[in-house]
This record gives sequence, structure tokens and C-alpha cells, in this order.
Amino acid sequence: MLDVIDLNIEFHDHLIPETVVFDFDMHMDAGDIVGIVGESGSGKTMTALAIAGLLSRHDMQKRGKIIFEETDLLNCERAKLRSIQGNEISMVFQEPMTSLNPVKKIGWQVEESLRIHKDFSKEERYEKTIKALADVELDAPEKLYHKYPYELSGGMRQRVMIAAALICNPKLIIADEITTALDVTVQAQIIELLKKVNKRNGTAILFISHDLSLVKQICSRVIVMYQGNIVEQGDAEMIFHHPQEEYTQKLIAAIPKIIRKSKV
Amino acid sequence: MRYVVKKIGILLLTLLLVSFLAFLAFQIIPGDPAVKMLGTQATPEKLSALREQMGLDRPMLFRYAVWLKDFVLGDMGTSYSYNMTVGSMLSGKLPITLTLTFLAFIMIVVIAIPFGIYTAKHKDRKLSKVLNAVNQIMMSIPPFFIGILFTYFFGLVLRWFIPGGYISYEMSVIRFIGYLIFPAIAIAIPKAAMTTKLLKDIILEQTKLDYVRTAYSRGNRTNGVLYHHVLKNAMIPVVTFLGMTLADIVAGSIIIEQVFSIPGLGRLLITSISNRDYPVVQAIIVCIAFIVIMINFIVDIVYRILDPRVRGQ
Amino acid sequence: MRRWNKDFNFYIGFVITGVVLLLVFLGIFYTPYDAEAMSAADKFAGISLHHLMGCDNFGRDIFSRILKGSGTTLFIALCTVLIGVGIGTIIGAITGYYGGWLDEVLMRFNDSVLAFPSILVALVFISILGSGKYHVIIALGIVFIPSFARIVRGEFMHYRNLDYVQNAKLMGAGDIRIMFVHILPNAWPVIASAIIIGFNNAVLAEASMSFLGIGVQPPDPSLGRMLSEAQSYLFRAPWYAFFSGLTIVLMILGFALLSEGMKRK
Repeated sequence: MLDVIDLNIEFHDHLIPETVVFDFDMHMDAGDIVGIVGESGSGKTMTALAIAGLLSRHDMQKRGKIIFEETDLLNCERAKLRSIQGNEISMVFQEPMTSLNPVKKIGWQVEESLRIHKDFSKEERYEKTIKALADVELDAPEKLYHKYPYELSGGMRQRVMIAAALICNPKLIIADEITTALDVTVQAQIIELLKKVNKRNGTAILFISHDLSLVKQICSRVIVMYQGNIVEQGDAEMIFHHPQEEYTQKLIAAIPKIIRKSKV
Repeated sequence: MRYVVKKIGILLLTLLLVSFLAFLAFQIIPGDPAVKMLGTQATPEKLSALREQMGLDRPMLFRYAVWLKDFVLGDMGTSYSYNMTVGSMLSGKLPITLTLTFLAFIMIVVIAIPFGIYTAKHKDRKLSKVLNAVNQIMMSIPPFFIGILFTYFFGLVLRWFIPGGYISYEMSVIRFIGYLIFPAIAIAIPKAAMTTKLLKDIILEQTKLDYVRTAYSRGNRTNGVLYHHVLKNAMIPVVTFLGMTLADIVAGSIIIEQVFSIPGLGRLLITSISNRDYPVVQAIIVCIAFIVIMINFIVDIVYRILDPRVRGQ
Repeated sequence: MRRWNKDFNFYIGFVITGVVLLLVFLGIFYTPYDAEAMSAADKFAGISLHHLMGCDNFGRDIFSRILKGSGTTLFIALCTVLIGVGIGTIIGAITGYYGGWLDEVLMRFNDSVLAFPSILVALVFISILGSGKYHVIIALGIVFIPSFARIVRGEFMHYRNLDYVQNAKLMGAGDIRIMFVHILPNAWPVIASAIIIGFNNAVLAEASMSFLGIGVQPPDPSLGRMLSEAQSYLFRAPWYAFFSGLTIVLMILGFALLSEGMKRK
């Protein structure tokens, strides 16, 4: 489904160009759940944004290919990219507080991808939105439809974001640190929700996180990044139990013992 | 609903406060109103009789209450200079000033919003830099100077209108408004320039926020993001700003009346001040304050409609 | 690229303002002609080497009058801002720092006055006091107090809650000391910016009032009144109106660019 070949991303906004992602290669099949782990500055978010087609084209140079179902996302026309965004690839971001438009109703925002990409009537859209909100385990979706983001908690907003990302039944969801801003209990719920979605709809998930323990819970394959480079990649089990690289070992060692023990 | 009631309460309170201040201000004026009115015909008996008739011997708060009651009922006193009621002097002129202010306000919105959006969208093009410079200059030109320039170029040179040829709305509403267009634009230009800059800055600021990225991730085009998402957020501070400039627009219309010889409240106010015709001055000041406060109130309501976050409070 | 733009603003503003101030300063001591000297022969003279900006209806040299008039305008604007900032800062500091009912009452009062068009309030004072240079200063000064008070109050309210102020309090520093030694220097950039904007508004307000005829009175020269007189002779001697107005524009523009440029630095 998705092949990233030789992705290099360079910043050109200062005098000296700065490379933030070096020679990144990755393959994903339909329904895969792949995790990208690394600290801040490892380049994982940049890679995610590149795949989502959200890197601004002004002061950046991207080399390589991102082939999604026979389209090279990096080098195709804007219109083609737009037709894929929200439709076949969608993204959920880290900050639920600021990622939603504060002056638009929740329902309107969840519907948005439907409005843009599909030809449904107003009533059909409403039905699908209510269903999407129910699918992410939110109560009273009919009431929620007319509320505004400021009326919801962080966990609820993140579920709304997920609902909006799922509404066109995309082949791939990119989840960039989606639980980092949430409470631990809510984190666990969101992870479970993602797993359900993957099982039910066959949606592939690209799960970005700095938290190795979370990644271990949901991903079948893991890519470890450090300062723009892939340090190690492979099966989640393999990486976790038999890390080859020193950096990976350090990451695993940094997980608090209790969690490590219980999750093993 | 409770918010609206509370706001109306504050509105009335403000009006009360303002009218009291205006009343107070004119009590401090040295000089005896009775003397002014009688002029050369003043004799001690006539003076004390007139004073009693005018209620000048009563305590101030009482006089204020009486004055307020009369004012609200439409009796704003009698002019010192002319033997007419202030009310009759104002009645013809109020609609003129109101129309001018209203036209100026519309001009500002009509000019600033498209330009603001354009300069924000095309901020990296060369034309935009030129527009920014022009904008900056426009902000610095006083409306009365623009008015004079208009009079010269459009009036005398191009002859698109006759300077000083004011046409009353009683004669022809269309030509009345037609004559007021140039003065309205003159008032509007500096404020429109400020609003354009504000809108552009805010749009660009909003574009950096997270929800814009989310909107793009759903497959929106640039225009879609701009008009469906950013603009609604951006308009909120702009509306607030417009409310604040309203007072300046009213002030501007007062001054511009001098340039274009428009018989509105402004000219009357100026001549009355020179003539020390205090009842007229007082009445006009309170009227204008009233208009400004009322419109601010409306702007406040519009603001609440635009921003749902405020509604919940 | 962006920085060039902001610096560009600043330098142009600096240059314009500098030139204006220089000329005004010069004008205090020397003008090409006596600003009041009338000459029937030179009535409505056009632009020439003798008269850089031509002459008005009395044959007075416009350039000299503009120099003097600008001086008057700047003087009034300066005094106005001083009054506004001086008293406004005191009020703002007290209400912002202490808060409480005093703050509530004063701010209601403040906002009612602020809601008025500033010209109107100035007109009220002028009609009571009478016109003339010093009355204009008092009227405008009072008009400018509420906006400065609001700004200073905002700053003081922000800073009074910060840790280092609380620390100073714990260490026993007196309130006045805290206000002037700790808070004021930090609030200064915002206040400075407000001062320049206020100065601009003061120039505009003075010009407006003189234009209306209720500001500075003859024999004091004034840009606003020159512009108003020039109106009658617009067809015959457009340069009279043009140069008077242009001077006002340059003064305001210079300061506006200066404040723009200062903001980004």
C-alpha cells in the first residue's frame, strides 16, 4: 500500500540547509500498524507530515519518493494530493486543544472530509457523522454534533479528531503523538480504540510516539529513529526483546521498570 | 439571555453616567444662563423671574433630573443664540450625520475586507509589498486632508461633483447619498487602511495555528481553509476593532462636514461652541454619545454571535 | 527578507521624523521669512526659489509658516502626551496594582470617557475653557489620560502576579518601591509604544481642532488652521493646502513608521 523510498527532508530557511530526515525507507501493507519511535528532533514528525502531504512547500526541499497506491505523493499535482488527503490518508495530531477550529461546531468539523470528497446529501452526512461519533465511543452524539470544542474535554476532543479522520474510511491513519497530551487513563482508552478501528475497518495505522511502551502495545512493526536516521527497524517483539542497536537498548532501558514488567 | 439583560443594564448606566457628566460639565461654566438669554434686556427683576422659571435656584441633582426627563421626552431646551428649541435645530441634522457615519462605516468594511484578504493571501508577491507601503501612508493621512484633496481632484479638476453643492435628502435621496459618498470615503480611508493591516496580520497569525493544519489534512484547498475556517476566527478581533473605531468615525464625520459644507450636527456643534450656545452644545454631545454607545452595544452583540466561546459565559 | 522590511520601515521613519524635527528645531531660530510678514506683491505667489512653497493670500511665505506651525503642533502634542502619560500612568499603576473597588469604579469611569470620540471630549473642555494654545493642551491632555491609564493598568495587573514581585513583597519592599523599581521598567516597552502612538494621535487631534477653528488661535501659527484657510483658495493656490496637509501627513507618517519599526526590534 505505502512505500517510502529514500526520503530526505532539508530545511532551507536559514543560510545553511539543515537535513532533518536522512534516507528514510519504509514499507506498509494494508491493515498494518507500524510505529515510529524517537525523541524530539529525531525527524519522526517530519516524516509523518511528509507522508500526509502537509509539509509546506516553501522553505523545504524533499527528495525521494512516497508511493501510495501507485501515486508518488511527493511529486504529484496538488489536486491529486488533495483528493487523497482526508479521504484515503488522514491524520490525527498531538494537541486536541488547538487542533479543532474553535468557532465551528463539532459535527460540522467531523463531516468536513465527507463534504469535500464525497457526494452525500445533508441528511446522509448527518447520519454518517453521528455514526462516526458513536464509533469512537462518545456518548449522545446527536447532542455532541451541535457543541463547540471548548465544551469538550481533551480526551473527548481527541476522539472527535479520530472520528473526523475515519469518516471517509481511509486506508491509512497517521497518528502523531496523539496521546501525549492526554491523561494516562485516557491514553489507554485511545490505544484500545485504535486497535478496535484497525480490526473492524482494516485501517492501517502509522503510530508516531516517543513512548516505547505505548508503541509496544499496539504496533506490529517498529522503526526507531535518531537525529533523522533510522537506527533500527523490525518486528515489535524483536525490537523490544532483542534490540540490536545501542540506542534502541537505551530507549528500552529508559522505560520505568513497572511498566516494562507488566507489559512484557 | 441573562447576558443581554446585564449588557442592557450596563448600557443604561453608561448613558446615565454620560448624560450626568455632560450636564455637570456645563454647570461649571462661569456665567449666568439667565443673563445670557436676556442679554441687554436684563433687569434684576426679570433675571430672578427667569431664574426661577428655568429652575436655576434648585439643587443640582434636582435640576439634573428635570433636565434628563425633559431631554428624554424630547425637550432639550432653548438655544441661547436663536429663539428656537434645540430639538428643532437638531432634528433636521441628525439624519444627515447618521447617514454619513453609516456610509463611512460601510465603506470601511467594503474596502478593508477584500484588501485585507488579498494582502494576506499574496503576501510574498511584489504587488503586496507596494500595497503595504501604500496602506501605511493611507493610515497617516487625516480625513480632512483627504477631503480637501478629493475636493481638488474630483471636484475642481475632474468635476465629478460640485464642492459645497450639498443636496438635501428631501430633494432627492439618491443624489443626497451620492453627494455623501466622497466625504464618506474620505473618512473611511485611514480607518480602512488600519483595518486592512489588522485583518492581514490576524489572518497570517491564524494560519500558523494547529486547526489550519488539520483543515488541510482533510483535503481543503487554500481558499476553503481561508473562507471556511480562518476568516471566521479572524473577523472576531476585527469586529472588536471596528467597534472601537466607531467613535473616531463619528468624530471624523463632524470634521468632514466642514470640508464639504454638509449641514449636519458637526457644523452646528462648532458654531455653537464659538457662540457659547451651551444648550445646543450639550444636547449634541449627549446625542452623539448616545449614538456611539448604542452602536458599540450592537457591535458587542455581533461579537457574541461570532464567537461561541463567549456565548457560554 | 522579512527583517529588511521591518528595518526599512524603521529607517524611513527615522529619516522622515529626523528631517521634520530638524526643520522644526531650525524654525525656532530662523525662518527664511518672518512668518507673519505680509506682502501684497507676493499674494498667491507660486513655488519658486524665493518662496519654496509659495505664498498665501496675504503674501506670507508658506514655508516659514509651516516651520512655525509644525513647531506649535509638536509642542502641543508633546505637552498633551506628557499630561496623558504622567497622570495616566499614576492612575493605571494604582488601579492595576491594588485592584479592588477603586479599580472597578475608576475603570467604569475610564471606559465611559474612552467610549466617547476623543474630539468630542476635547470639544466639551474647549467650550468650557475657551480656545487657545494652552486650553487645547489641557483639553487634549485630559482626553488622553484614559487610554494610557488602561494600558498601564493592564501591564501592572500582569506584572503584580509574577513571582519576582511576590518575592520583593515578601522581602518587605514597600508598594511604591515595587511599582517604580520593579514593575515600571518592565512595562516600559509597552508604554513607550503607546507614547508614540499617542503622540501621533495628539498631532492629528491638534490639527483637527485647529482646522475646525477652535484650536490654536491667531497669531499663533498652526498647520490645521492654515489648511482650513487654504480651502477657500483651493483653486487659485492649491499649493497652500497641499503643503500644509503634506506636512501633517509626513509628521504622522514618520512617527507611525518609527513605532512600527520599533515594535519589531
